[in-house]
Amino acid sequence: MDHSRYPDSYIHNILLRTKTIAMVGASANRVRPSYFVLKYMLAKGFNVIPVNPGLAGQHLLGQLVIGSLTDITEPVDMVDIFRNSEAADGITDQAIELKAATVWMQLGISNTDAAVRAETAGLDVVMNRCPKIEYARLSGEIAWAGVNSGKLSSQKPKLAGKGFQHLTLRPQRNRKNQG
Amino acid sequence: MSEDRIPGFDTLAVHAGAQPDPTTGARATPIYQTSSFVFDDADHAASLFGLEAFGNIYTRIGNPTCAVLEERVAALEGGTAALAVASGHAAQHLVFYTIMDPGDEFIAARQLYGGSINQFGQSFKKSDWNVVWADADNIESFEKAVTPRTKAIFVESIANPGGRVTDIAAISQVARRAGVPLIVDNTLASPYLCNPFEHGADIIVHSATKFLGGHGNSIGGVIVDGGTFNWSREGRYPMLSKPNESYGGLIFHETFGNFAFAIACRMVGLRDYGPALSPFNAFLILTGIETLPLRMQKHCENALAISEFLDAHDKVAWVNYAGLPGDRHHNLAEKYCPRGAGAVLTFGLKGGYEAGLQLVSNVYLFSLLANIGDTRSLILHPASTTHRQLTEQQRSAAGAGSDVVRLSVGIEDKEDLIADLEAALESLP
Repeated sequence: MDHSRYPDSYIHNILLRTKTIAMVGASANRVRPSYFVLKYMLAKGFNVIPVNPGLAGQHLLGQLVIGSLTDITEPVDMVDIFRNSEAADGITDQAIELKAATVWMQLGISNTDAAVRAETAGLDVVMNRCPKIEYARLSGEIAWAGVNSGKLSSQKPKLAGKGFQHLTLRPQRNRKNQG
Repeated sequence: MSEDRIPGFDTLAVHAGAQPDPTTGARATPIYQTSSFVFDDADHAASLFGLEAFGNIYTRIGNPTCAVLEERVAALEGGTAALAVASGHAAQHLVFYTIMDPGDEFIAARQLYGGSINQFGQSFKKSDWNVVWADADNIESFEKAVTPRTKAIFVESIANPGGRVTDIAAISQVARRAGVPLIVDNTLASPYLCNPFEHGADIIVHSATKFLGGHGNSIGGVIVDGGTFNWSREGRYPMLSKPNESYGGLIFHETFGNFAFAIACRMVGLRDYGPALSPFNAFLILTGIETLPLRMQKHCENALAISEFLDAHDKVAWVNYAGLPGDRHHNLAEKYCPRGAGAVLTFGLKGGYEAGLQLVSNVYLFSLLANIGDTRSLILHPASTTHRQLTEQQRSAAGAGSDVVRLSVGIEDKEDLIADLEAALESLP
């Protein structure tokens, strides 16, 4: 994988197949990017498990915080790393151990050695990106902030079916309460 | 569109940012003429105000029609994001508000649009933002102007009204060495003729009133974020790299990465100073952009024909149009604007100031007014109008001396435009 430029389909597929995200470095500080991403991904219907030894046992946005990736007992599809590039080494190895399908390193974080190990073990790797920004970009929400989504389409944007101003990546289903 | 295709400029000019409306299917971008947007509930409102979610709150801060314009210009310039505002001057104000602190300096070419010379030299001083003038034709003068308080360098890609072309790549090297962003006003070239980001610019500003809108019917401005500048490296840009108290300590660069500048301009500068673009104007400018490539081709073709006509006329002392072979900026034009040198040119009359005044009053297709970038051809005597508030010395430096006539050549039949100028020139003594 060329980690300098990911095809949209690569990111799209990862976000679409992912149900459970373990977020390492989740913060209780309401203005930290990790808190933003936790809140946003929960709102988009993902099951997000916050991982932070300092907050273990507490709840963040209704989610029980786990002390370490190795303490997680349920299946994890993606490990999202909000730690520095060095720390990404050990966390990536734990993600491989957990049999996660994806290792995702946040904006500003990349670790090529860890990425090679993960890819060799069959995992998909995304580095120096934010899943909130990517979800908003691919769904079209980010365009409301004047951001260049890099996408052109004459198709209908997918409404999330609740409230106002919520778009989704999920295929649309017929539901009675769809707005 | 299939993602392995990189869309061309003309496709982006029509499509970028504009999907069909998801509830009505409207294909043209609707004019969302509303001040405000309903929240799902209090938590949704809090998420939007706290920048935790993307969405519209209030048209002073963002609007879906304006957002299409923003994404379209960002795509045409190859930037990461954009912000549309009420005018080109508002765009410049918000850019410098986001970059500068009292006591800071920035370097600007002295060959700028007269309105920018006033804004930088007079009004910005009240905030203690201090412009240091340099000569766009002398790269060393930028180098020499750098001090520890320098926060940015500002140039126009094609200067108004002088018609000179700026060596953006060379000046961007000065900016790199100084560790400051290069801001380029790309109004006269439009993204169709010049791509400043490819040559090292970090931020682009536009008066969208001109070629983007193109029809002389709407005032607007755009800021484009190139996503290239590292705002956090030395902590010299606290608006981007330090916690913002009005957002509970959020750090823009850390949170929004390579489009943080555009977000900060919106969420602080636009929020607090308020020069929002009307959605109706955004709609008109968007409609104009769809034909930008076609119009710029005709503008350039006509401008070249007229500059050749004037160059050969015995009452004309000189012509400044970088599209003319032999013009002193022709080589730079070939490098930076290979598809044409734009629609704006200046020329001098042998009869001086009086001849200039007489000429602009004796044309019947060209309109005597203070704008450029209209479908209609426009004429102006800068020394008595746009550059009147400058000193004689500033006027000459800006390419607006007393004998100078400025044309913004429209997209009419060039034979008719030449006939109009020919008759007016005949009437001069």
